[in-house]
Amino acid sequence: MKWAHLFRLVAAIAMGSVLIGCAKAPKQLYYWEGFQGQLYQHFKGDSSSPEDQLRILDAQAQKARASGSVLPPGFRAHLAMIYLRLGRDREAQQELEAEKANFPESEQYMDFLLKRMTAPKS
Amino acid sequence: MTISAFSLGTAVTRWGQLAATLVVVAALGACATPRSPYDYTAFKQNRPVSMLVLPPLNETPEVAATYGVLSHVTLPLAEAGYYVVPVSLMDETFRQNGLNNPAEIHDVSPQKLREIFGADAVVYIKVTQYGTSYAVIASETRVTAQARIVDLRTGELLWRGSASASSGEGRSSGQGGLAELLILAVVAQIVETVSDTSIKYAGTASQRLLSPRMNGVLYGPRSPNYQKD
Repeated sequence: MKWAHLFRLVAAIAMGSVLIGCAKAPKQLYYWEGFQGQLYQHFKGDSSSPEDQLRILDAQAQKARASGSVLPPGFRAHLAMIYLRLGRDREAQQELEAEKANFPESEQYMDFLLKRMTAPKS
Repeated sequence: MTISAFSLGTAVTRWGQLAATLVVVAALGACATPRSPYDYTAFKQNRPVSMLVLPPLNETPEVAATYGVLSHVTLPLAEAGYYVVPVSLMDETFRQNGLNNPAEIHDVSPQKLREIFGADAVVYIKVTQYGTSYAVIASETRVTAQARIVDLRTGELLWRGSASASSGEGRSSGQGGLAELLILAVVAQIVETVSDTSIKYAGTASQRLLSPRMNGVLYGPRSPNYQKD
């Protein structure tokens, strides 16, 4: 029993030092939660409805807001994508504008999308 | 030394070996990149701000590979400090324009990509392994991908690299006797195919592929580490 304990201790210390040795990931820049899983669900397109996806992402957005965390790049744009699927174009537009406001790097692409949405359909 | 003390000793040694193996494997998986330092001249001259990751080419029999990886590329690059063009809208934009498969999309000219998405650099990914291989001794789920980052303004190659993640990394090897290994393999096969295990390793492989690390991508302007590497 004594030996087993000792070995466990040694193993734990070794494990710990490996973790400390490599751990350089401090705080993350963004609040990810299940965003990547939601993207996968969206691409797979079979197991969850756009309504379900919207509900999950909305809940995440609220949690991020409550904790003062920043939503990742593409989060609002992905919300826009789901709104488009549901035919809720006005909300989609708002999310595209929000993506642009939060990430000015996205301006050119967001404008490209917004222009197409607002262009009169022939 | 009594017999019972001896047998306890063996059990303890085995435990120790298992732990040691795990530690070594963890260390290799996490830190080891024994290669010559990467030449970052072009990367540092171009310093992209935003990245466009195209749907990965799939060289595996698994249809899920392209989107398994694509849904996991935003996190590492965004946490590295880059703006990443929204992957779901990007994919939809190509579809609306009649481009449905990664090979066609990878052929789109850099000028056109820059014009539509406004990104500074494009990331071309190729998935070479995705899923569970059915070996008798050690079934494993493995995801392997290669990436090239090309500047859309200058056309220069900024970076290239590859990464892999496998369910075998945390498992002990040898020492167990054939019967034990066979059982491990069978159980692993069942577990890994029933649940969608590949997606987990797609996440790990993408993370390793596109995170700043030794010879990895450099930090981008939204990171506190920008220009310190």
